[in-house]
Amino acid sequence: MLELEYYLILSALLFTTGVIGVLVRRNAIIIFMCIELMLNAANLAFVAISRSLGQTEGQVFVFFVMTVAAAEVAIGLAIIVSVFKHRQTINVDEVNSLKG
Amino acid sequence: MNPEQILFFVFGLLALVGAISVISFRHPIYSALALIVTFFAQAGLFVLLGAHFVAAAQVIVYAGAIMVLFLFVIMLLNLGRRDREGAPTGAKLKGIGIVLGILFAAEGIYIAVNARNGTAVASAQPAPEAVTTYGIGELLFSKYLLPFEVTSLILLAALIGVIVLVKREKPTDN
Repeated sequence: MLELEYYLILSALLFTTGVIGVLVRRNAIIIFMCIELMLNAANLAFVAISRSLGQTEGQVFVFFVMTVAAAEVAIGLAIIVSVFKHRQTINVDEVNSLKG
Repeated sequence: MNPEQILFFVFGLLALVGAISVISFRHPIYSALALIVTFFAQAGLFVLLGAHFVAAAQVIVYAGAIMVLFLFVIMLLNLGRRDREGAPTGAKLKGIGIVLGILFAAEGIYIAVNARNGTAVASAQPAPEAVTTYGIGELLFSKYLLPFEVTSLILLAALIGVIVLVKREKPTDN
């Protein structure tokens, strides 16, 4: 079996890619995809550590993370759709007031 | 290099290239397609780790359901040219983002390399056999029964929230 460290480094790199995406991109949909990327990197670390410890728990948590991610995407995309309906843009720099 | 290492590098590279493509393509559709590649590569990594249930769930839930939702919304919004291209991010902001990202990556790699130091993780553990779906189900319905039920509440809340958010205003009848 491969060393745990390989998987953790890959997970860190994937997570960082997601962070850079959130910092650099201004399109709300792409920012959402980057959040998915970060959740997935965490899942990878969960499964790798679960394997290395010989326990099942890590995979159960991945199951929960996936459920929460699904709920989050549904809500987030609904928010993006309604923001677009009101403002005709999904650039996060232009959506800067709380007042509808 | 044994086959497992080769497969790890193939899938890992594919996942990384996909992830970098997600943040560098201009058009959201291309980003979404690159994200699907990343998800599939990660499913391959999960199979390598012996997590077959998680790999299947990854393909069905992420690459299937979630990405279809993303593509659907991108096509539904049918963004104007300016929005599609995205307003150019200021060079200053981009620079700050990349520098912070590299710092963050260095930190993550440092932690990953030192993962075993000072913890109770025995490095000489025999490679455990793959976790079966049976084992996950057993744990899910015994030790984690309450979280499992709360999960269904989260899904219900999400369902209601989405309906409320995108519901059309009631036409005023007079």
